[in-house]
Amino acid sequence: MGICMKAKIIITPKKAVLDPQGKTVQSALEHMGYTGIGAVHVGKYLEIELPGTDKEAWRKQVDEACHKILSNPVIEDYQFEIE
Amino acid sequence: MNFAILQFPASNCDQDALHVVKNVFGHSAKFVWHKDNSLAGFDAVIVPGGFSYGDYLRTGAIARFSPIMQAVQAFAANGGPVLGICNGFQILCEAGLLPGALIRNRSLQFRCEHIFLKTAAHNSPFTNKIPEGKILRVPIAHGEGCYFADEATLEKLKANRQILWQYVDAKGEQTESANPNGSLQNIAGICNEARNVAGLMPHPERASESVLGGTDGKLIFESLLSWMESKAAVKSNPEKITLGLAVGKV
Repeated sequence: MGICMKAKIIITPKKAVLDPQGKTVQSALEHMGYTGIGAVHVGKYLEIELPGTDKEAWRKQVDEACHKILSNPVIEDYQFEIE
Repeated sequence: MNFAILQFPASNCDQDALHVVKNVFGHSAKFVWHKDNSLAGFDAVIVPGGFSYGDYLRTGAIARFSPIMQAVQAFAANGGPVLGICNGFQILCEAGLLPGALIRNRSLQFRCEHIFLKTAAHNSPFTNKIPEGKILRVPIAHGEGCYFADEATLEKLKANRQILWQYVDAKGEQTESANPNGSLQNIAGICNEARNVAGLMPHPERASESVLGGTDGKLIFESLLSWMESKAAVKSNPEKITLGLAVGKV
């Protein structure tokens, strides 16, 4: 089965978790003149190539992988789509 | 006593841990490769510091799925003592053997310096020989040592006295400026509910010989060895169980 689909996963720090990277980027942006911006959050973006065309079957597995290893539920949230 | 010192790709405090156990304390220690799957014959496990798997994804995230970690889970479930130092602490949190997580230092800086620790609970295998009120001076070297847990977990840690060490200043005051990484409650190290698994960001193995500038770290290994020896004595002479409990030994 060849590669036909791609999972696109976005992992972000949970709201309650300190995000010093986001804060630092925010203040850098403000220093550059982008005034009035709100909070910045720095996360991760992953792409996983998937074989076949069975989106639903992969949705379950990608969700499991996100929960088990790709994100840490203590500190991060994730969302993904398969296309 | 026979110590297992785990080795992952990019562990880098494994030699130090082995050296301290063998040459400072005169006990047996062997490296156990992360692809091994048995801890048979070992009395304690040290998960050493380093940058396992290049810290890719998250610190400790990939190491925790190494084959040896299943054996560590079983060893811990069976009551065996497990000590995670620095990256070892991160791995134990990722593995769910300890609650919470370690995230990027609030300063975003990699902090490499000596810090001061107070011992918040002495009733653990890792702290029982640390004198009351003693402030430990131990080095840290990490970029991701900011301890985080949600409020419910923190409350549980406090209620069960699972917080073992907290960052303080030289006078023993728990201040914000004494906190090198932004950890909640100045937490430097914790143990699990059963108290046989502990992790800390500071490096006791780098503070166990005066030639390295201090020996306060020895107290942690002495605590562990003393606990293991009394446990072994109880095993060989079950009558001591009641005695040990009566004097509040752990």
